[in-house]
Amino acid sequence: MNGFVWRQPSVLPGFGLTMGFTLLYLSLLVLIPLAGMILFTAKLDWAQFWAAVTHPQVMASYRLSFGASFIAAGINAVFGVLVAWVLVRYAFPGKRIVDALVDLPFALPTAVAGIALTAIYSTTGWMGQHLEIFGIKVAYTPIGVTVAMTYIGLPFVVRTVQPVLEDLDRELEEAAACLGATRWQIIRRVILPSLLPALLTGLALAFARALGEYGSVVFIAGNMPYYTEITPLLIITKLEQYDYTGATAIGTVMLVAAFVLLLIINGLQWWASRRH
Amino acid sequence: MRTVRILLLTALLVGLATSALAQSVTLLNVSYDPTREFYREYNAAFQKHWRTQTGQNVTIRQSHGGAGSQARAVIDGLDADVVTLALAYDIDAIHERAGLIPKDWQSRLPNNSSPYTSTIVLLVRKGNPKGIKDWDDLIRPDVQVITPNPKTSGGARWNYLAAWGYALKKYGSDEEAREFVRKILANVPVLDPAARGTTNTFVQRRIGDAFIAWENEALLAIEQLGRGEYEIVVPSVSILAEPPVTVIDRNVDRKGTRQVAEAYLEYLYSPEGQRLAGKHYYRPSDPAIAKEFEAQFPDVKLFTIEDVFGGWQQAQTRHFLDGGEFDKIFDSLRR
Repeated sequence: MNGFVWRQPSVLPGFGLTMGFTLLYLSLLVLIPLAGMILFTAKLDWAQFWAAVTHPQVMASYRLSFGASFIAAGINAVFGVLVAWVLVRYAFPGKRIVDALVDLPFALPTAVAGIALTAIYSTTGWMGQHLEIFGIKVAYTPIGVTVAMTYIGLPFVVRTVQPVLEDLDRELEEAAACLGATRWQIIRRVILPSLLPALLTGLALAFARALGEYGSVVFIAGNMPYYTEITPLLIITKLEQYDYTGATAIGTVMLVAAFVLLLIINGLQWWASRRH
Repeated sequence: MRTVRILLLTALLVGLATSALAQSVTLLNVSYDPTREFYREYNAAFQKHWRTQTGQNVTIRQSHGGAGSQARAVIDGLDADVVTLALAYDIDAIHERAGLIPKDWQSRLPNNSSPYTSTIVLLVRKGNPKGIKDWDDLIRPDVQVITPNPKTSGGARWNYLAAWGYALKKYGSDEEAREFVRKILANVPVLDPAARGTTNTFVQRRIGDAFIAWENEALLAIEQLGRGEYEIVVPSVSILAEPPVTVIDRNVDRKGTRQVAEAYLEYLYSPEGQRLAGKHYYRPSDPAIAKEFEAQFPDVKLFTIEDVFGGWQQAQTRHFLDGGEFDKIFDSLRR
């Protein structure tokens, strides 16, 4: 009975050194700041903590932040695969430029993106004024928040799905076609299952990015309490009152919730790649 | 032999460099957003003044940002020699949270340590299409009002308190003042977190009919965006906005810059400093200099935060902390 192995022996040397650096690096950049946050929160007793993180205004912001992030990640999952498909499977003039455009949301300062999106989607902007005719308001509503989150999450799905799609054997699709599969069956039974793990990773990244986004969202949100206030803004509000513990309490809730959700998505991804 | 000579030469150069350094000193002024243009010009003037006075070169580094986050940076260890912020509450926090300055910091310089003041006015669109004349027009249901969120913006706290103080003077009771402010806030379509973003909403997005703003920001906006596009409406009564300044004692004593830092702030009260403040649309505190700028600053009946609200600490606790009047108003406005 030798079920648990501490470490698979490897022929490569240097495990101790590289593992040491990995832990040091992660500790300095991620673990220590996060531990500091939780330590700060620990100054509150349980009742104070609970009151701070379940205030109706804070609850309304969780609904908006998590809801809009999830919708934005979902939109990106669908259209990100589409963009990746076009970039991998077709040759067309200007393909390199389109490819580079995908990364732009990474590079542009988010405040610039926020101001630009607001300019376009407010009722005087050139998208907003047409949408207004149909009674759709984008800027200063939860829809605007979702639009900004979709924008900043766009590159994640495309960039995670693209390399997998490139490595996908076309012979598989041809074989399926020879065996009489319809196009829809090929997509559903052959292509999508191979893309699923990468797609889930992209979805998780886009979701996490949207959840933490502040710079672009505050410009388009309108920030009305109980309506379009995102959770990161409430954290800033607490800090402006020098309420450090209140701010870290909300931060801790976001951290735990995000961690659980990412864990679930990673679990799904593991399950999807095993099944395949 | 040669090594010795090089060593000697190096020592000489280092010695020269340090003595040149002693001839120069660096100050860090941590300020809020709208003072950018003013301090750029004031710093140059002070540099010249200090050089003629002492022969020493002074370099002034500026940092600008939201008043709250600037104060937090100083509390968390930013090496500021002086702070020049939007409201006393944020400087109080530097005393309370970090003990870098004494409790009575605000009595160390004249006029509550505010060398220049401002007030809160209303900016409206060309021709004043909604006929806005005073605070009372802001509660009309057909008027949209633009103001930042007072929980995140220091400037917006002055706006809110100006409206509350006006209503208190007019109606005489807190209940009616609350109702008045509630009606104004019900007309606010967008709450930007900071004052500069709000200007963007009003000017670029063309949202809202009246923009509650600092007088200096409103005058600057008119200057920069072209005359005739916007008009300033001066309300009958408003608040005296006092943006205070102070030396950060712990930092200047450690760095040995107290003398120049104090001179830097005192020079703000000199005729030249006062004139520069006036030029950048702040009201000079020196009555003689204020007279020179009479045409620029209309007469307003001003009340102070001390008189009406008992100072910043009380105003902040009662109105802006979590669960305060502002939160209660928004709770009642929930859709």
